[in-house]
Amino acid sequence: MNPVKKDQAAGNRRLRFPKHIREEWYGRVYAYFCVTLLIVTIVSIVWFIASKGLNPFLSGAVSVPELLFGRTWSPESEPPLFGALPFLAGSISVSLLAAVLAAPFGFCAAVFMTQIAPKVGRRFLQPAIELLAGIPSVVYGFVGLSVIVPFLRNNFTGQGFGILAGTLVLSVMILPTITSIATDALSNLQAGLKEGSFALGATRWQTIYRLILPTTFPSLLTGVVLGISRAFGEALAVQMVIGNAPHVPRSLLESAATLTSIITLEMGNTVGGSLHNNVLWSLALILLIMTFLFVFTVRMLERRAGR
Amino acid sequence: MQALIEIDRLNLFYGTFHALKNISMKIPEKAITAFIGPSGCGKSTLLRTLNRMNDMIPGTQIDGTVSIAGADIYGKDIDVETLRKKVGMVFQQPNPFPKSIYDNVAYGPRLHGITSRQKLDEIVENSLRGAALWNEVKDHLKRSAFSLSGGQQQRLCIARALAVEPDILLMDEATSALDPISTLKIEELAQELKERYTIVMVTHNMHQAARVSNQTVFFLNGEVVEYSETEKLFSNPEDQRTEDYISGRFG
Ligand SMILES: Nc1ncnc2c1ncn2[C@@H]1O[C@H](COP(=O)(O)OP(=O)(O)OP(=O)(O)O)[C@@H](O)[C@H]1O
Ligand SMILES: [Mg+2]
Repeated sequence: MNPVKKDQAAGNRRLRFPKHIREEWYGRVYAYFCVTLLIVTIVSIVWFIASKGLNPFLSGAVSVPELLFGRTWSPESEPPLFGALPFLAGSISVSLLAAVLAAPFGFCAAVFMTQIAPKVGRRFLQPAIELLAGIPSVVYGFVGLSVIVPFLRNNFTGQGFGILAGTLVLSVMILPTITSIATDALSNLQAGLKEGSFALGATRWQTIYRLILPTTFPSLLTGVVLGISRAFGEALAVQMVIGNAPHVPRSLLESAATLTSIITLEMGNTVGGSLHNNVLWSLALILLIMTFLFVFTVRMLERRAGR
Repeated sequence: MQALIEIDRLNLFYGTFHALKNISMKIPEKAITAFIGPSGCGKSTLLRTLNRMNDMIPGTQIDGTVSIAGADIYGKDIDVETLRKKVGMVFQQPNPFPKSIYDNVAYGPRLHGITSRQKLDEIVENSLRGAALWNEVKDHLKRSAFSLSGGQQQRLCIARALAVEPDILLMDEATSALDPISTLKIEELAQELKERYTIVMVTHNMHQAARVSNQTVFFLNGEVVEYSETEKLFSNPEDQRTEDYISGRFG
């Protein structure tokens, strides 16, 4: 045996903890530390939002139904009215409509990239979509403001601001989410599945819509839910094109507002601890709860897809 | 016996790689023909030319003719989907669709336009009976195909292929992923099926070829070395290389 090695072995024995055990121990402590920090952060954020957001209800100033179903938002009036229905309606309609608009495009792009022209797809379409995902939301908002809003104003009734403008901007923003998840799902298809279908005399289209789409459906839906979730949480771009009028919209072309846009707009004008400020936290709490619901839905879908 | 498939001076290239070299043979109707040979010699490639599954591999080039029942399947007026309906295929790995047992078998008929529930029920039952699976699954046709064992899945794939009423059944090492009992079941099944179908199977298992097939073709490096009655090929091969291979002296 090499004498140097022997020496080392003896040294380690004297230390009682060989090097690799010590290293393992350091690694463990470090990992636990990070995880603890993470959990503390998450818990304190939730705690903070909840304690502020629940305040208006606990103090009796506003009731939950009043907030959820009230149609009038006038924090300055006497007594102040905090009806968030306009924002809920705005948020929900823009996100859902954006998903409805973006999903078919996303699926088609994914089918094209994986089934029809994988080479072109990987060379051109994929980078383009990744680029789309990387554009900051203020840029989307700006483009929406200077292209979509004037277009709508010139071609339809109204000022151009509203649900439709918000939907159009958001649908482009969530397209990358839906497309990339759909692409992953389609390219991770079990080997031999498509061949099995072709061998029975199926055409490519039959294989896509009878086998591939149904098989990947839960994953496709996951992408859509994540897209909706992103749209729901998007503030800046929407705020720039939606018009920010706090009433329940009657048409797609009428100015409206969302939960996020009202928070960003009014947060700066309120005093910390005031009722108005706390009610904005309640809106944030609603956003948080919605996010939990989305995450939960995605989990369920993934479990279904995994089966 | 009449020849159903006639292959004449067939050459196949994957890009520049010459995978099948000047292959000519006649495959008889309603019999089992086995392809044997060492790995990479082109058995699967030849099998896949029979239902044109190689079409999907970019860079594949073919010359020579393959005709089935007198029609050149690479001819201009051939519809690939119709061809594949007539020439069913079972793969090495069982590949059931992630659907119910029923929907797996009904997949093919539905593709080809059958929608009547009653008709589909009938086809599903007959195909599953044909694949010797009916008794095991008749009470839970709605269950996922993945709830079946590997051997059952493979028989389901056979049922799925039978459901479109093919004339020819291609089996590419269909039992190599299965346990001995499932293998035996599928071999017995093949024996029954040859009454009605023309079967071409690739196998690595010499005993299997000897047990079930009527004709055996021995391939080496993309060429046919020997093609004869199974009994003759195994008991009294003409070519030294065949003899070496079947006696396990090279591989
Ligand atoms: N898609 C392909 N592209 C290029 N070469 C290929 C392709 N498929 C097969 N080959 C080559 O063609 C030759 C024959 O392959 P084939 O799959 O027909 O062999 P095989 O006899 O079925 O082998 P095994 O018993 O291992 O399944 C091999 O040398 C293989 O490398
Ligand atoms: Mg093979």
